[in-house]
Amino acid sequence: MADEVILLDFWPSPFGMRIRIALAEKGIKYEYKEEDLRNKSPLLLQMNPVHKKIPVLIHNGKPIAESLIAVQYIDEVWNDKSPLLPSDPYQRSQARFWADYVDKKIYEVGRNLWTKKGDEQEAAKKEFIEAIKLLEQELGDKTYFGGDKLGFVDVALIPFYTWFKGYETFGNINVEKESPKFIAWAKRCIQIESVSKSLPDQDKVYDFIVEIRKKIGVE
Amino acid sequence: MAKVEGEVQLLGVGGSPFARRVQIALKLKGIEYTYIEENLRNKSDLLLKYNPIHKKVPVLVHNGKPIVESLVILEYIDETWENYPIFPQQPYEKALARFWSRFIDDKILPAISKAAWTVNKEEREKGIEESLEALQFLENELKHKFFGGESIGIVDIAASYLAFWLPVVEEAVELKLLTSDKFPKLHKWSQEFINHPIVKENLPPKQGLLGFFKSRYAAISAASK
Repeated sequence: MADEVILLDFWPSPFGMRIRIALAEKGIKYEYKEEDLRNKSPLLLQMNPVHKKIPVLIHNGKPIAESLIAVQYIDEVWNDKSPLLPSDPYQRSQARFWADYVDKKIYEVGRNLWTKKGDEQEAAKKEFIEAIKLLEQELGDKTYFGGDKLGFVDVALIPFYTWFKGYETFGNINVEKESPKFIAWAKRCIQIESVSKSLPDQDKVYDFIVEIRKKIGVE
Repeated sequence: MAKVEGEVQLLGVGGSPFARRVQIALKLKGIEYTYIEENLRNKSDLLLKYNPIHKKVPVLVHNGKPIVESLVILEYIDETWENYPIFPQQPYEKALARFWSRFIDDKILPAISKAAWTVNKEEREKGIEESLEALQFLENELKHKFFGGESIGIVDIAASYLAFWLPVVEEAVELKLLTSDKFPKLHKWSQEFINHPIVKENLPPKQGLLGFFKSRYAAISAASK
Protein backbone atom coordinates (compact mmCIF):
# COMPACT_ATOMS: atom_id res chain seq x y z
CA MET A 1 0.00 0.00 0.00
CA ALA A 2 1.45 3.35 -1.00
CA ASP A 3 1.83 5.97 1.70
CA GLU A 4 -0.59 8.85 1.51
CA VAL A 5 0.96 12.03 2.86
CA ILE A 6 -0.85 15.36 2.98
CA LEU A 7 0.42 18.64 4.40
CA LEU A 8 -2.07 21.31 5.46
CA ASP A 9 -0.07 24.50 5.35
CA PHE A 10 0.06 28.25 4.70
CA TRP A 11 2.85 29.39 2.40
CA PRO A 12 4.59 32.00 4.66
CA SER A 13 4.44 29.86 7.81
CA PRO A 14 7.94 29.04 9.08
CA PHE A 15 6.41 26.10 10.91
CA GLY A 16 4.99 24.69 7.69
CA MET A 17 8.34 25.25 5.98
CA ARG A 18 10.00 22.98 8.55
CA ILE A 19 7.80 20.07 7.53
CA ARG A 20 8.26 20.82 3.82
CA ILE A 21 12.04 20.66 4.26
CA ALA A 22 11.88 17.38 6.22
CA LEU A 23 9.64 15.77 3.58
CA ALA A 24 11.95 16.98 0.80
CA GLU A 25 15.07 15.73 2.60
CA LYS A 26 13.53 12.28 2.81
CA GLY A 27 12.25 12.37 -0.77
CA ILE A 28 8.65 11.82 0.33
CA LYS A 29 5.90 12.53 -2.18
CA TYR A 30 3.04 14.46 -0.64
CA GLU A 31 0.02 16.55 -1.43
CA TYR A 32 0.34 20.19 -0.39
CA LYS A 33 -2.92 21.86 0.62
CA GLU A 34 -2.91 25.63 1.05
CA GLU A 35 -5.21 26.76 3.85
CA ASP A 36 -7.02 30.09 3.99
CA LEU A 37 -6.57 30.99 7.65
CA ARG A 38 -9.60 33.28 7.60
CA ASN A 39 -11.71 30.42 6.30
CA LYS A 40 -10.29 27.19 7.67
CA SER A 41 -11.23 24.02 5.83
CA PRO A 42 -13.37 21.30 7.46
CA LEU A 43 -10.37 19.01 6.98
CA LEU A 44 -8.12 21.27 9.06
CA LEU A 45 -10.71 21.60 11.82
CA GLN A 46 -11.19 17.84 11.82
CA MET A 47 -7.47 17.04 11.78
CA ASN A 48 -6.43 19.62 14.38
CA PRO A 49 -9.49 20.23 16.56
CA VAL A 50 -7.34 21.19 19.55
CA HIS A 51 -5.36 24.08 18.07
CA LYS A 52 -7.11 24.58 14.70
CA LYS A 53 -3.75 25.60 13.27
CA ILE A 54 -1.42 24.74 10.45
CA PRO A 55 0.78 22.96 9.75
CA VAL A 56 -0.78 19.52 10.06
CA LEU A 57 0.87 16.47 8.56
CA ILE A 58 -1.58 13.71 7.65
CA HIS A 59 -0.06 10.25 7.11
CA ASN A 60 -2.46 7.61 5.87
CA GLY A 61 -5.35 9.56 7.37
CA LYS A 62 -3.71 10.08 10.76
CA PRO A 63 -2.91 13.69 11.72
CA ILE A 64 0.22 14.96 13.42
CA ALA A 65 0.13 18.60 14.57
CA GLU A 66 2.98 20.80 15.90
CA SER A 67 5.87 21.19 13.46
CA LEU A 68 8.71 19.83 15.61
CA ILE A 69 6.63 16.79 16.54
CA ALA A 70 5.82 16.21 12.86
CA VAL A 71 9.50 16.54 11.86
CA GLN A 72 10.52 13.98 14.49
CA TYR A 73 7.73 11.69 13.30
CA ILE A 74 8.97 11.95 9.72
CA ASP A 75 12.53 11.22 10.87
CA GLU A 76 11.39 8.13 12.78
CA VAL A 77 9.11 6.66 10.11
CA TRP A 78 11.32 7.36 7.08
CA ASN A 79 14.49 6.35 8.85
CA ASP A 80 16.24 4.86 5.84
CA LYS A 81 17.81 8.10 4.63
CA SER A 82 18.91 11.60 5.63
CA PRO A 83 18.61 11.29 9.42
CA LEU A 84 17.70 14.65 10.92
CA LEU A 85 18.36 13.77 14.54
CA PRO A 86 21.67 12.30 15.69
CA SER A 87 21.73 8.73 16.99
CA ASP A 88 23.46 9.50 20.29
CA PRO A 89 20.95 10.29 23.08
CA TYR A 90 22.98 13.21 24.45
CA GLN A 91 23.36 14.80 21.00
CA ARG A 92 19.64 14.28 20.46
CA SER A 93 18.87 16.04 23.74
CA GLN A 94 20.97 19.01 22.67
CA ALA A 95 19.25 19.14 19.27
CA ARG A 96 15.85 19.09 20.98
CA PHE A 97 16.96 21.79 23.42
CA TRP A 98 18.06 24.14 20.63
CA ALA A 99 14.96 23.51 18.53
CA ASP A 100 12.89 24.34 21.62
CA TYR A 101 15.04 27.48 22.09
CA VAL A 102 14.26 28.54 18.51
CA ASP A 103 10.55 28.11 19.25
CA LYS A 104 10.75 30.12 22.46
CA LYS A 105 12.91 32.93 21.12
CA ILE A 106 12.92 33.46 17.39
CA TYR A 107 9.21 33.41 16.45
CA GLU A 108 7.70 35.49 19.27
CA VAL A 109 10.57 37.95 19.55
CA GLY A 110 10.84 38.23 15.75
CA ARG A 111 7.15 39.00 15.60
CA ASN A 112 7.60 41.82 18.10
CA LEU A 113 10.17 43.38 15.77
CA TRP A 114 7.53 44.14 13.15
CA THR A 115 4.44 44.56 15.33
CA LYS A 116 5.69 46.69 18.21
CA LYS A 117 7.03 50.19 18.61
CA GLY A 118 9.04 52.20 21.10
CA ASP A 119 10.39 50.48 24.22
CA GLU A 120 8.78 47.16 23.43
CA GLN A 121 10.46 47.09 20.03
CA GLU A 122 13.82 48.09 21.51
CA ALA A 123 13.57 45.24 23.99
CA ALA A 124 12.69 42.85 21.19
CA LYS A 125 15.69 44.01 19.14
CA LYS A 126 18.03 43.32 22.01
CA GLU A 127 16.50 39.92 22.73
CA PHE A 128 16.51 38.91 19.07
CA ILE A 129 20.17 39.76 18.49
CA GLU A 130 21.08 38.02 21.74
CA ALA A 131 19.30 34.87 20.59
CA ILE A 132 20.94 34.95 17.15
CA LYS A 133 24.37 35.38 18.75
CA LEU A 134 23.74 32.45 21.08
CA LEU A 135 22.73 30.28 18.14
CA GLU A 136 25.82 31.45 16.25
CA GLN A 137 27.90 30.40 19.24
CA GLU A 138 26.25 26.99 19.30
CA LEU A 139 26.94 26.57 15.59
CA GLY A 140 30.63 27.26 16.18
CA ASP A 141 32.79 26.03 13.32
CA LYS A 142 30.30 23.47 12.08
CA THR A 143 28.90 23.73 8.58
CA TYR A 144 25.40 23.12 9.86
CA PHE A 145 23.94 22.67 13.34
CA GLY A 146 23.65 19.01 12.35
CA GLY A 147 27.39 18.85 11.57
CA ASP A 148 28.28 18.00 7.97
CA LYS A 149 24.65 17.68 6.98
CA LEU A 150 21.36 19.42 7.66
CA GLY A 151 19.96 18.44 11.05
CA PHE A 152 16.97 19.00 13.29
CA VAL A 153 18.04 22.45 14.48
CA ASP A 154 18.84 23.62 10.92
CA VAL A 155 15.35 22.54 9.84
CA ALA A 156 13.79 24.24 12.86
CA LEU A 157 15.64 27.52 12.30
CA ILE A 158 16.24 28.17 8.58
CA PRO A 159 12.58 28.98 7.75
CA PHE A 160 12.82 32.15 9.85
CA TYR A 161 15.51 33.41 7.47
CA THR A 162 12.76 34.07 4.94
CA TRP A 163 11.31 36.57 7.43
CA PHE A 164 14.59 38.44 7.95
CA LYS A 165 13.94 41.16 5.39
CA GLY A 166 10.80 42.03 7.36
CA TYR A 167 12.54 41.74 10.76
CA GLU A 168 15.45 43.90 9.61
CA THR A 169 13.42 46.56 7.82
CA PHE A 170 10.76 47.12 10.47
CA GLY A 171 12.94 46.19 13.43
CA ASN A 172 15.78 48.34 12.19
CA ILE A 173 18.45 45.74 12.72
CA ASN A 174 21.21 44.32 10.57
CA VAL A 175 21.73 40.68 11.38
CA GLU A 176 24.74 40.23 9.08
CA LYS A 177 26.56 43.03 10.85
CA GLU A 178 25.83 41.54 14.28
CA SER A 179 26.31 37.89 13.38
CA PRO A 180 28.08 37.31 10.06
CA LYS A 181 28.57 33.61 10.79
CA PHE A 182 24.84 33.20 11.28
CA ILE A 183 24.07 34.70 7.88
CA ALA A 184 26.82 32.59 6.30
CA TRP A 185 25.14 29.49 7.75
CA ALA A 186 21.74 30.60 6.44
CA LYS A 187 23.15 31.16 2.95
CA ARG A 188 24.73 27.69 3.00
CA CYS A 189 21.40 26.15 3.98
CA ILE A 190 19.43 27.74 1.19
CA GLN A 191 21.91 26.26 -1.32
CA ILE A 192 20.56 22.86 -0.39
CA GLU A 193 17.84 21.79 -2.81
CA SER A 194 15.41 20.44 -0.22
CA VAL A 195 15.59 23.80 1.56
CA SER A 196 15.45 26.13 -1.44
CA LYS A 197 12.46 24.38 -2.95
CA SER A 198 10.60 24.46 0.38
CA LEU A 199 11.04 28.13 1.17
CA PRO A 200 9.20 31.07 -0.36
CA ASP A 201 11.01 34.11 -1.70
CA GLN A 202 12.11 36.62 0.98
CA ASP A 203 10.53 39.44 -1.01
CA LYS A 204 7.20 37.63 -1.15
CA VAL A 205 7.29 37.16 2.63
CA TYR A 206 8.22 40.82 3.06
CA ASP A 207 5.20 41.90 1.00
CA PHE A 208 3.05 39.60 3.13
CA ILE A 209 4.36 41.26 6.32
CA VAL A 210 3.60 44.70 4.84
CA GLU A 211 0.01 43.57 4.20
CA ILE A 212 -0.41 42.19 7.72
CA ARG A 213 0.98 45.39 9.26
CA LYS A 214 -1.63 47.36 7.35
CA LYS A 215 -4.38 45.00 8.48
CA ILE A 216 -3.46 45.08 12.15
CA GLY A 217 -2.84 48.81 12.00
CA VAL A 218 0.86 49.01 12.79
CA GLU A 219 2.21 52.14 11.18
CA MET B 1 17.23 -2.04 39.06
CA ALA B 2 18.56 -0.22 36.01
CA LYS B 3 22.24 -0.42 35.32
CA VAL B 4 23.72 2.97 36.10
CA GLU B 5 26.23 3.94 33.47
CA GLY B 6 28.12 6.70 35.17
CA GLU B 7 27.10 9.40 37.58
CA VAL B 8 23.66 11.01 37.60
CA GLN B 9 22.76 14.23 39.38
CA LEU B 10 19.49 16.11 39.47
CA LEU B 11 19.36 19.80 40.33
CA GLY B 12 15.87 20.63 41.49
CA VAL B 13 13.60 22.45 43.87
CA GLY B 14 11.41 20.36 46.17
CA GLY B 15 8.15 22.07 45.28
CA SER B 16 8.77 22.21 41.53
CA PRO B 17 6.44 20.01 39.49
CA PHE B 18 8.96 20.07 36.64
CA ALA B 19 11.79 18.73 38.80
CA ARG B 20 9.43 16.11 40.28
CA ARG B 21 8.62 14.90 36.74
CA VAL B 22 12.25 13.97 36.31
CA GLN B 23 12.45 12.44 39.77
CA ILE B 24 9.42 10.23 39.09
CA ALA B 25 10.94 8.99 35.83
CA LEU B 26 14.29 8.24 37.49
CA LYS B 27 12.54 6.32 40.26
CA LEU B 28 10.29 4.37 37.89
CA LYS B 29 13.42 3.20 36.08
CA GLY B 30 15.30 2.52 39.32
CA ILE B 31 18.13 4.88 38.39
CA GLU B 32 20.44 5.93 41.21
CA TYR B 33 21.16 9.64 41.37
CA THR B 34 22.30 12.42 43.65
CA TYR B 35 19.73 15.10 44.31
CA ILE B 36 20.85 18.69 44.75
CA GLU B 37 18.30 21.15 46.15
CA GLU B 38 18.64 24.60 44.64
CA ASN B 39 17.63 27.94 46.14
CA LEU B 40 16.11 29.90 43.29
CA ARG B 41 16.63 33.21 45.05
CA ASN B 42 20.33 32.40 45.38
CA LYS B 43 21.25 30.21 42.44
CA SER B 44 24.32 28.06 42.86
CA ASP B 45 27.39 28.32 40.65
CA LEU B 46 26.66 24.76 39.64
CA LEU B 47 23.20 25.67 38.33
CA LEU B 48 24.50 28.72 36.48
CA LYS B 49 27.27 26.59 34.96
CA TYR B 50 24.94 23.80 33.84
CA ASN B 51 22.06 25.97 32.65
CA PRO B 52 23.56 29.31 31.67
CA ILE B 53 20.81 30.08 29.15
CA HIS B 54 17.63 29.59 31.16
CA LYS B 55 19.12 29.38 34.69
CA LYS B 56 16.26 27.12 35.78
CA VAL B 57 15.63 23.74 37.34
CA PRO B 58 15.41 20.86 36.67
CA VAL B 59 18.84 20.06 35.29
CA LEU B 60 19.91 16.46 34.81
CA VAL B 61 23.65 15.92 34.75
CA HIS B 62 24.86 12.59 33.38
CA ASN B 63 28.60 11.95 33.45
CA GLY B 64 29.14 15.68 33.82
CA LYS B 65 26.97 16.58 30.81
CA PRO B 66 23.86 18.67 31.50
CA ILE B 67 20.40 18.36 29.97
CA VAL B 68 17.72 20.97 30.66
CA GLU B 69 13.98 21.43 29.99
CA SER B 70 11.95 18.68 31.67
CA LEU B 71 10.40 17.18 28.52
CA VAL B 72 13.82 17.07 26.82
CA ILE B 73 15.26 15.43 29.94
CA LEU B 74 12.49 12.81 29.96
CA GLU B 75 13.20 11.88 26.32
CA TYR B 76 16.89 11.57 27.18
CA ILE B 77 16.19 9.36 30.19
CA ASP B 78 13.94 7.08 28.17
CA GLU B 79 16.52 6.73 25.39
CA THR B 80 19.40 6.08 27.78
CA TRP B 81 17.75 3.68 30.23
CA GLU B 82 15.52 1.40 28.24
CA ASN B 83 13.79 -0.45 31.09
CA TYR B 84 10.27 0.71 32.04
CA PRO B 85 9.73 2.70 28.82
CA ILE B 86 7.75 5.88 29.42
CA PHE B 87 7.32 6.79 25.74
CA PRO B 88 5.33 4.57 23.37
CA GLN B 89 7.51 2.66 20.91
CA GLN B 90 5.35 3.12 17.82
CA PRO B 91 6.06 6.43 15.97
CA TYR B 92 2.44 7.60 15.72
CA GLU B 93 1.67 6.83 19.36
CA LYS B 94 4.92 8.55 20.28
CA ALA B 95 3.93 11.65 18.29
CA LEU B 96 0.59 11.75 20.14
CA ALA B 97 2.34 11.41 23.51
CA ARG B 98 4.65 14.30 22.60
CA PHE B 99 1.64 16.34 21.44
CA TRP B 100 -0.27 15.91 24.71
CA SER B 101 2.80 16.57 26.86
CA ARG B 102 3.39 19.82 25.00
CA PHE B 103 -0.31 20.66 25.22
CA ILE B 104 -0.08 20.40 29.00
CA ASP B 105 2.92 22.74 29.09
CA ASP B 106 1.84 25.18 26.38
CA LYS B 107 -1.90 25.40 27.01
CA ILE B 108 -3.13 23.86 30.25
CA LEU B 109 -0.54 25.12 32.72
CA PRO B 110 -0.50 28.73 31.43
CA ALA B 111 -4.32 28.84 31.47
CA ILE B 112 -4.41 27.57 35.05
CA SER B 113 -1.75 30.10 36.01
CA LYS B 114 -3.88 32.85 34.49
CA ALA B 115 -6.93 31.68 36.45
CA ALA B 116 -5.14 31.21 39.76
CA TRP B 117 -2.64 34.01 40.13
CA THR B 118 -4.91 37.01 39.73
CA VAL B 119 -7.37 38.91 41.85
CA ASN B 120 -8.88 40.66 38.85
CA LYS B 121 -12.36 39.10 38.35
CA GLU B 122 -12.37 39.43 34.56
CA GLU B 123 -8.91 37.93 34.17
CA ARG B 124 -9.84 35.06 36.44
CA GLU B 125 -13.03 34.36 34.51
CA LYS B 126 -11.10 34.30 31.26
CA GLY B 127 -8.43 32.04 32.77
CA ILE B 128 -11.10 29.68 34.08
CA GLU B 129 -12.78 29.49 30.69
CA GLU B 130 -9.49 28.70 28.96
CA SER B 131 -8.53 26.15 31.62
CA LEU B 132 -11.84 24.30 31.42
CA GLU B 133 -11.66 24.16 27.63
CA ALA B 134 -8.11 22.85 27.72
CA LEU B 135 -8.85 20.32 30.47
CA GLN B 136 -11.80 18.99 28.46
CA PHE B 137 -9.47 18.06 25.60
CA LEU B 138 -7.30 16.12 28.02
CA GLU B 139 -10.35 14.49 29.66
CA ASN B 140 -11.45 13.24 26.24
CA GLU B 141 -8.01 11.73 25.62
CA LEU B 142 -8.01 9.54 28.70
CA LYS B 143 -9.04 6.05 27.64
CA HIS B 144 -7.42 3.75 30.21
CA LYS B 145 -6.30 3.79 33.82
CA PHE B 146 -3.38 6.03 32.87
CA PHE B 147 -2.57 8.02 29.73
CA GLY B 148 0.18 5.44 29.24
CA GLY B 149 -2.31 2.57 29.41
CA GLU B 150 -2.07 0.21 32.37
CA SER B 151 1.18 1.80 33.47
CA ILE B 152 2.39 5.39 33.88
CA GLY B 153 3.79 7.02 30.76
CA ILE B 154 5.14 10.37 29.66
CA VAL B 155 1.74 12.10 29.49
CA ASP B 156 0.89 10.99 33.04
CA ILE B 157 4.26 12.30 34.22
CA ALA B 158 3.76 15.57 32.36
CA ALA B 159 0.28 15.86 33.88
CA SER B 160 1.46 15.31 37.45
CA TYR B 161 0.85 19.00 38.20
CA LEU B 162 -2.87 18.38 37.69
CA ALA B 163 -2.93 15.44 40.10
CA PHE B 164 -1.04 16.97 42.99
CA TRP B 165 -0.22 20.67 42.65
CA LEU B 166 -3.50 21.84 41.19
CA PRO B 167 -5.69 20.75 44.14
CA VAL B 168 -3.30 22.58 46.48
CA VAL B 169 -3.41 25.73 44.31
CA GLU B 170 -7.21 25.48 44.16
CA GLU B 171 -7.35 25.43 47.94
CA ALA B 172 -4.89 28.30 48.32
CA VAL B 173 -6.57 30.67 45.84
CA GLU B 174 -10.19 29.54 46.32
CA LEU B 175 -10.70 28.22 42.84
CA LYS B 176 -12.44 25.10 41.54
CA LEU B 177 -11.25 23.74 38.22
CA LEU B 178 -10.67 19.99 38.13
CA THR B 179 -13.91 18.86 39.75
CA SER B 180 -15.15 15.27 39.63
CA ASP B 181 -18.49 16.25 38.12
CA LYS B 182 -16.93 18.14 35.21
CA PHE B 183 -13.94 15.83 34.71
CA PRO B 184 -14.79 12.40 36.10
CA LYS B 185 -12.03 10.57 34.21
CA LEU B 186 -9.28 13.07 35.07
CA HIS B 187 -10.41 13.12 38.67
CA LYS B 188 -10.23 9.34 38.96
CA TRP B 189 -6.87 9.36 37.14
CA SER B 190 -5.46 11.90 39.61
CA GLN B 191 -6.29 9.60 42.53
CA GLU B 192 -4.70 6.61 40.79
CA PHE B 193 -1.64 8.68 39.97
CA ILE B 194 -0.90 10.15 43.38
CA ASN B 195 -1.47 6.79 45.03
CA HIS B 196 0.88 4.96 42.70
CA PRO B 197 3.62 3.51 44.96
CA ILE B 198 6.49 5.28 43.19
CA VAL B 199 4.70 8.61 42.69
CA LYS B 200 3.51 8.69 46.30
CA GLU B 201 7.11 8.63 47.55
CA ASN B 202 8.16 11.44 45.25
CA LEU B 203 5.75 14.26 45.93
CA PRO B 204 6.51 17.27 48.14
CA PRO B 205 4.72 17.61 51.51
CA LYS B 206 1.30 19.18 50.98
CA GLN B 207 1.38 21.52 53.97
CA GLY B 208 4.55 23.27 52.90
CA LEU B 209 3.24 23.67 49.38
CA LEU B 210 -0.09 25.03 50.62
CA GLY B 211 1.67 27.58 52.79
CA PHE B 212 3.83 28.64 49.86
CA PHE B 213 0.85 29.09 47.53
CA LYS B 214 -1.19 30.89 50.19
CA SER B 215 1.53 33.46 50.78
CA ARG B 216 1.97 33.92 47.05
CA TYR B 217 -1.74 34.64 46.65
CA ALA B 218 -1.74 36.94 49.66
CA ALA B 219 1.11 38.92 48.11
CA ILE B 220 -0.83 39.31 44.86
CA SER B 221 -3.94 40.41 46.77
CA ALA B 222 -1.95 42.94 48.77
CA ALA B 223 -0.21 44.30 45.70
CA SER B 224 -3.49 44.94 43.93
CA LYS B 225 -4.91 47.16 46.68
